[in-house]
Amino acid sequence: MKKHTVAVIVNDQPGVLQRVSGLFGRRGFNIESITVGASEEVGLSRMVIVSTGDDHTLEQIIKQLYKLIDVIKVIDLSANAMVSRELALIKVNAEPSARPEVLGVVDTFRASVVDIATNTLMVQVVGDTEKIDAMIELLKPYGIREVSRTGVTALNRGNVSKL
Amino acid sequence: MTTTNVTTKSREELIEKFSKPEVISGSEILLRSLLLEGVDCVFGYPGGAVLYIYDAMHGNPDFNHLLTRHEQGAIHAADGYARASGKVGVCIATSGPGATNLVTGIATAYMDSVPMVVITGNVISTLIGTDAFQEADITGITMPITKHSYLVRDVEDLPRVIHEAFHIANSGRKGPVLIDIPKDVSAAKTLFKPVNEVSIRGYNPTVSPNKLQVDKMIKAIKEAKRPIILAGGGVVYSGAHEQLLEFVLKTEIPITTTLLGLGGFPSGNDLWLGMPGMHGTYTANTSIQKADLLINIGARFDDRVTGKLSGFAPLAKIVHIDIDPAEIGKNVHADIPIVGDVKTVLEVANQTATRANLADEWRQEVLASKKQHPFQYKDSDTELKPQWVVELIHETTNGDAIVTTDVGQHQMWAAQYYKFNKPRSWVTSGGLGTMGFGFPSAIGAQMANPDRLVVSINGDGGMQMCAQELAICAINNIPVKVVILNNQVLGMVRQWQELIHENRFSHIDLAGSPDFVKLAEAYGVKGFRATNKEESRKVWEEAMNHPGPAVVEFVVRRDENVYPMVAQGSTIDQMIMGDAE
Ligand SMILES: Cc1ncc(C[n+]2csc(CCOP(=O)(O)OP(=O)(O)O)c2C)c(N)n1
Repeated sequence: MKKHTVAVIVNDQPGVLQRVSGLFGRRGFNIESITVGASEEVGLSRMVIVSTGDDHTLEQIIKQLYKLIDVIKVIDLSANAMVSRELALIKVNAEPSARPEVLGVVDTFRASVVDIATNTLMVQVVGDTEKIDAMIELLKPYGIREVSRTGVTALNRGNVSKL
Repeated sequence: MTTTNVTTKSREELIEKFSKPEVISGSEILLRSLLLEGVDCVFGYPGGAVLYIYDAMHGNPDFNHLLTRHEQGAIHAADGYARASGKVGVCIATSGPGATNLVTGIATAYMDSVPMVVITGNVISTLIGTDAFQEADITGITMPITKHSYLVRDVEDLPRVIHEAFHIANSGRKGPVLIDIPKDVSAAKTLFKPVNEVSIRGYNPTVSPNKLQVDKMIKAIKEAKRPIILAGGGVVYSGAHEQLLEFVLKTEIPITTTLLGLGGFPSGNDLWLGMPGMHGTYTANTSIQKADLLINIGARFDDRVTGKLSGFAPLAKIVHIDIDPAEIGKNVHADIPIVGDVKTVLEVANQTATRANLADEWRQEVLASKKQHPFQYKDSDTELKPQWVVELIHETTNGDAIVTTDVGQHQMWAAQYYKFNKPRSWVTSGGLGTMGFGFPSAIGAQMANPDRLVVSINGDGGMQMCAQELAICAINNIPVKVVILNNQVLGMVRQWQELIHENRFSHIDLAGSPDFVKLAEAYGVKGFRATNKEESRKVWEEAMNHPGPAVVEFVVRRDENVYPMVAQGSTIDQMIMGDAE
């Protein structure tokens, strides 16, 4: 089982997210993370989907996605060098006494503090999934109140434009 | 047949008639667009959300609509129309319950890649999402069973959407496309300009194959000692029957055709081994298992064909030809994948295909096996055997009828004992296996082929799922010959319970069925019954000579089983041969 990241360029139509996610559900493909947003072109959205499965599953995912009329292009990002990023907001307990320690963690991860309350801090961290997982692990001992993660977005490195 | 009071106009005449720019309603646009797509018959059922559409039909001299008695009848009829003609079937239903009644039929068409445009009304746009009266999210409900769907929000989009829908339904891998039209959109008026071009970004089915891949196949044929062709519905859908015959005549490779491929290759040809799979021939199944090269042409390796997947065609190099790239490698790994339209691929292949010269011994072996193991049953003079009835129908129609079936034992006997020589003569629900399909699909097939004999073979169970459509046969004089093989039980279920569940016959008794002769007569359709061979011959002849629709009930042996049978989980050469051998 491998992790695969695919980008799906779709028509910006109502229901298209349902078509794509429905396809994954119906065919038994796993979705680890899914993000959608505008692409470089008006009228097209870019979805980035992280899934796990063997190479045969990946091949089927790509081929089945292409069957959707609203899918313009599917790119197996993980086949080449890529940059993948996720953003997380983490609300962590931080009594004044514990704050220096927490800030130490924030510094090391080049994360930032985006809100301070009497007993908590909100930390914003950007990075690949592993980095965010690690950050959360390190903050756990202080008591995490809430976590909100965006899911992965990604692009291939280099000059080539895929569309 | 006297159904059409409509004079079918040529597209040129229609364009002429409609080319004057005119402000008309969405409903008028719909009807005109359908006519421009060449639709000559629509099946449907009205309701609140399609009132404007039906109003536009009122007194419309060009538009031919058949009112079925259930939306399920309408959609299966549209499906039968499409399968028997190659044209797009069209069906109209109202919102909510009308639309949801179509779901089984849409799924049936989707599984078998049948081109269809399904039009549903919806509540007015502002009420969508409010759980309004008769509201259902039909685009959402049918997303997994349509090739594509549209919810039309603006009347301006209608001409384009309809044109796109027909293009999508009938190109690439065909399938049903749904157009959901809110009531206000069908009422709204705008200037109508027919749309003639279509450009859908990202939708570009590959028609022509990669020549290098075709060359690889040709080379593999030269090297093969035990080649076999497995041809499926794709042959029929792409109209490739002539090219397939040429390919087989050139290569002399033995061929087996799947359930949906029946008629795609002449059954009289020596090299035809019959149908493979769960109720396929001994020779087709054993040959696949022994083959060193299997050329799949437009079939999708359904589990009813492959049996236990891991033991399927264990020795064969696999060539897979399909218009849908996603089919290649889905169930069975392809050593030589060829993406393209089957007809185009075979045209290319036929330019260089030569005889499989190393396969002489194999041909002899296969032909000997075919002689030795035909389909067999123990005939009886005291009880009517369903297989015998199908043989009777085959003989008396010279194999020239369009045969539609429902689902169950009778379907398999029809597939086994009616020998097809022409494409689009066999209409059956393969992928979904939909009971209730057989009879209404025959109505569609007959509408598409007014001059051909259409015989619909049904079980006594499935016949009761859409029997109400006898009404439209009667009033429109649609001369379908409806056969009921009455074994008084849900036969195929009975067979499984006998063979797999140790004779525990749970809820298969159809006691309480109507007197089918009287049922037919109640609708004004001629009814016949036969309980032995002599009666059968006589009654069937009368029914055939009767100019209108007829229902013929054959009371057949209750406990007859379909053989051979491959139990689920077995490889296809592990066949239960039954009582004949
Ligand atoms: C809509 C639907 N419901 C249930 C089934 C399951 N099923 C498959 S065959 C069969 C029995 C059919 O009985 P009958 O119509 O009498 O035909 P026979 O097998 O006796 O020829 C059933 C219930 C089905 N295929 N479709």
